[in-house]
Amino acid sequence: MASRNKAGIRRWLKGLMLRRMHRMITCKEFEDFVLDYLEGGLSDRQRATFEWHLRLCRECREYLAAYRRTVEIEQAAFASPDKAVPRDVPDDLIKAVLDARKR
Amino acid sequence: MPDEPSPPKAAASAQAPRNGTADAEQLVRKHIGWMLALSERILRDRGLAEDAVQEAFADAFRGLERFEGRSSLKTWLHRITVNASLTKLRQLKRLAEQPIDEYLPEFDQYECRIEAPWTHLTPLEDALESEVLRARVSEAIEALSDSYRIVLQLRDIEGYNTKEVSALLGISESNVKVRVHRARAALKKLLEPILRGEVR
Repeated sequence: MASRNKAGIRRWLKGLMLRRMHRMITCKEFEDFVLDYLEGGLSDRQRATFEWHLRLCRECREYLAAYRRTVEIEQAAFASPDKAVPRDVPDDLIKAVLDARKR
Repeated sequence: MPDEPSPPKAAASAQAPRNGTADAEQLVRKHIGWMLALSERILRDRGLAEDAVQEAFADAFRGLERFEGRSSLKTWLHRITVNASLTKLRQLKRLAEQPIDEYLPEFDQYECRIEAPWTHLTPLEDALESEVLRARVSEAIEALSDSYRIVLQLRDIEGYNTKEVSALLGISESNVKVRVHRARAALKKLLEPILRGEVR
């Protein structure tokens, strides 16, 4: 019970700090910038604010690392998708395509 | 509804058959394999993919006379195949936006992120070495509704940029970005057992 209260107080304090600090954003606001940050689409000032939040927030730091790894895994798992070509293209499909051309 | 891709212009290309059944058959045999695979990745159904590829070739043959080789024939056919496959998805009403909230990041009432501590983050190489893990990645992508899966497919896997995806899907660029981010965040949640090293 006491530890739950402690955790609650810590979160309340963190929320208060993020909302009150100069040029700081909350974690919820941070979320809106993630894609643009990773694609270099933020202004210098926005990037500085984003990175300032990252330095102070463990949860967002770890979240971003896991998010990045997710994208890496997704892209690597499907790299060169055209190499995964089905070998069994049915002849009747080829014939149907060619017949349709004649019509 | 995205615009029908216009045939590439500029210098005439020897890649495109001008006339004759033999040329057409050569073109079909050369490209149908990867076009079918592409369409099947989008539609997740072999039968529908075969229909879409037939329609893609019909579109291609109609536009071929005007094909002049501004981009490669393959790039042009790729776009036509994506369009034909997306048209099928639309006809099946599978592109409507579905709720994805259960997979999205959570925040408390103070707008602080709720994220369990990460004591382990699986290295990329480890995740890709295992066929089991690869299968899990495919399953996770399949678990997303089509409206989110398709933006990941087009952007992260097929290599289209935000503007191109916006044109293909007929939605704004900002909507594409929102969907890409949400889809990736949802994918992260679905892949967490792998990322945390709980599945090997």
